Amino acid sequence: MMEVLIPILVMCSIASGLAVLLAVADKYIASYGECKLIINKDTEITVEGGDTLLSYLIDNEIYMPSACGGKGTCGYCKLKVLEGGGTVLPTETPFLTKHDIAQAVRLACQVKVKKDVELGIPDDLLAAQQFKTVIEIIEDLTHDIKRIVFKLIDPEKIEFKAGQYVQFCIPETTEYRAYSVASQPSIADRIELMIRHIPGGLCSGYVHECLEEGDEIFLTGAYGDFYLREESTKDIICVAGGCGMAPIRSIVKHLHEKGSTRKITYFFGARQKRDLFCTEELRAIEKEFPNFKYIPALSEPISEDDWDGEVGLITATMQKHMKHDENQEAYLCGPPPMLEAAVKVLTAKGVSKSDIYYDEF
Amino acid sequence: MALFMIFFATLFTHNIALTYFLGMCPFISVSKNLKTAWGMGVAVVFVMTVTAAINWPIYYKVLVPLKAEFLYYVLFIITIAALVQFVEMVTERYLPALQVTLGVFLPLITVNCAILGVSLFMILRNYSYAQSVVFAFGSGVGWTLAIIAMSGIRTKLMFADIPKGLVGPGITMIIAGIMALAFMGFAGMVGV
Ligand SMILES: Cc1cc2nc3c(=O)[nH]c(=O)nc-3n(C[C@H](O)[C@H](O)[C@H](O)COP(=O)(O)OP(=O)(O)OC[C@H]3O[C@@H](n4cnc5c(N)ncnc54)[C@H](O)[C@@H]3O)c2cc1C
Ligand code: FES
Repeated sequence: MMEVLIPILVMCSIASGLAVLLAVADKYIASYGECKLIINKDTEITVEGGDTLLSYLIDNEIYMPSACGGKGTCGYCKLKVLEGGGTVLPTETPFLTKHDIAQAVRLACQVKVKKDVELGIPDDLLAAQQFKTVIEIIEDLTHDIKRIVFKLIDPEKIEFKAGQYVQFCIPETTEYRAYSVASQPSIADRIELMIRHIPGGLCSGYVHECLEEGDEIFLTGAYGDFYLREESTKDIICVAGGCGMAPIRSIVKHLHEKGSTRKITYFFGARQKRDLFCTEELRAIEKEFPNFKYIPALSEPISEDDWDGEVGLITATMQKHMKHDENQEAYLCGPPPMLEAAVKVLTAKGVSKSDIYYDEF
Repeated sequence: MALFMIFFATLFTHNIALTYFLGMCPFISVSKNLKTAWGMGVAVVFVMTVTAAINWPIYYKVLVPLKAEFLYYVLFIITIAALVQFVEMVTERYLPALQVTLGVFLPLITVNCAILGVSLFMILRNYSYAQSVVFAFGSGVGWTLAIIAMSGIRTKLMFADIPKGLVGPGITMIIAGIMALAFMGFAGMVGV
């Protein structure tokens, strides 16, 4: 009898002793009292200190972009901590450039609030909201890309610029993934995304294997510096591969609706015919909207494809079709190696680096 | 055994990382550059020493008299986890400078098997209190020595032409093996 009871007692008393120690420490040592978060010198939020900046901001409905759920592995949650943030931590340095550090940029998920903190957050981030949505349509675009339509429930409308992205909150987790909006801004009560299945991917796997029409999903947004510069009058070159189609489609449909007088050439790179999508839609726009030209190119067409269009890397096709002209700006979206190669062609064709906008997927 | 001999053994002949291959996850993942390797090393020395100093009395003053020695695995790991949390709160509040160097490493260390290993070895080898503390401190220093040597080598490797499949953890494991072979040269100088 005693042989059983004594170990249990020992175990429980030591464990509870430690638990009490931690609880007391948590109450008296890890509590920092009331701290103020001062945002852009005008908004003030009072919080009970001790937790990370990111969690307080999200609690207060400021939806900072964050893909990793605050683990310090995505580097999206950057903001300026002008005062009260302490020294830059080793977990942050991999994500901060020298320029960032000079500008007092920090990762919100790594900075703990221990006293009053002064923050600089860009206005468009402050405007980002969380949306409750219901899945309206799920359909296959290609063998590995699905188009998903979300109907906004609360709030019912979103404002964004063509080319920006939203974040998809993976249900039951604190993780988010970025997806560019594929619909145009004039459709304010719905959001369309195009999501490619990445083998082993958490979010894309969820979307492709578990998501069903009628499911409730939370999105946050809109975010991003990659959007159509409407004030410019320059001609537009768009280059995309794979899901890079999404933001470019938004830009093209927006320009079509506005009846823009700018000339738009859209180069889309794919491997085989089965990787092409939205072709009919874009061809239809081409017919109605003479300023727009769609040029897809296949890098490895197979004989069944029966392909009589452009063949080869998208950069070769760009070389062939682009004129040398400084009065052009470019929007690129796709995998990093493709972007790098495309930037080289663009600069060689006279496009200035400051007129090239891109999103790396 | 003389304290100095224990200390010497933990550094060279019975290095916890290179002889017992304990604490391998941080050894592989945090050894990319010297600065973080040093931070991790200091944190390991600190936590190893403190946890051994607390686990020793728990074993000999509580578990042995009550004949509940078999609980030591579970209890040691609980004390290590609790202690690391406690130390984290204290440094964060009162020692911000130390927090910058140690802070991010402390939570990683809770699950480091080398820490538990040291507490278990001191019991298996029947060390006295003083011997245990020196053993734990030495093991920490030995681990730090190993990770710093490794990060030095990895810094040089940045310029080396490594086969694609071996970049990162692969080549690190091979180097760890070669370092262990080198450390075997010390074996036999001291018996434990
Ligand atoms: C601004 C922005 C816009 C984006 N827009 C879109 C979009 O419109 N459509 C879309 O499908 N995706 C888009 N992405 C990518 C998307 O955010 C996710 O990274 C992607 O869906 C993978 O998430 P996951 O959870 O499925 O995979 P994870 O669980 O995050 O990753 C699983 C594995 O896949 C690898 N991996 C992650 N991302 C990629 C990738 N893009 N290509 C190849 N391997 C990868 C990882 O290294 C990891 O090994 C965008 C990303 C950014 C930053
Ligand atoms: S949220 Fe991912 S790094 Fe901060």
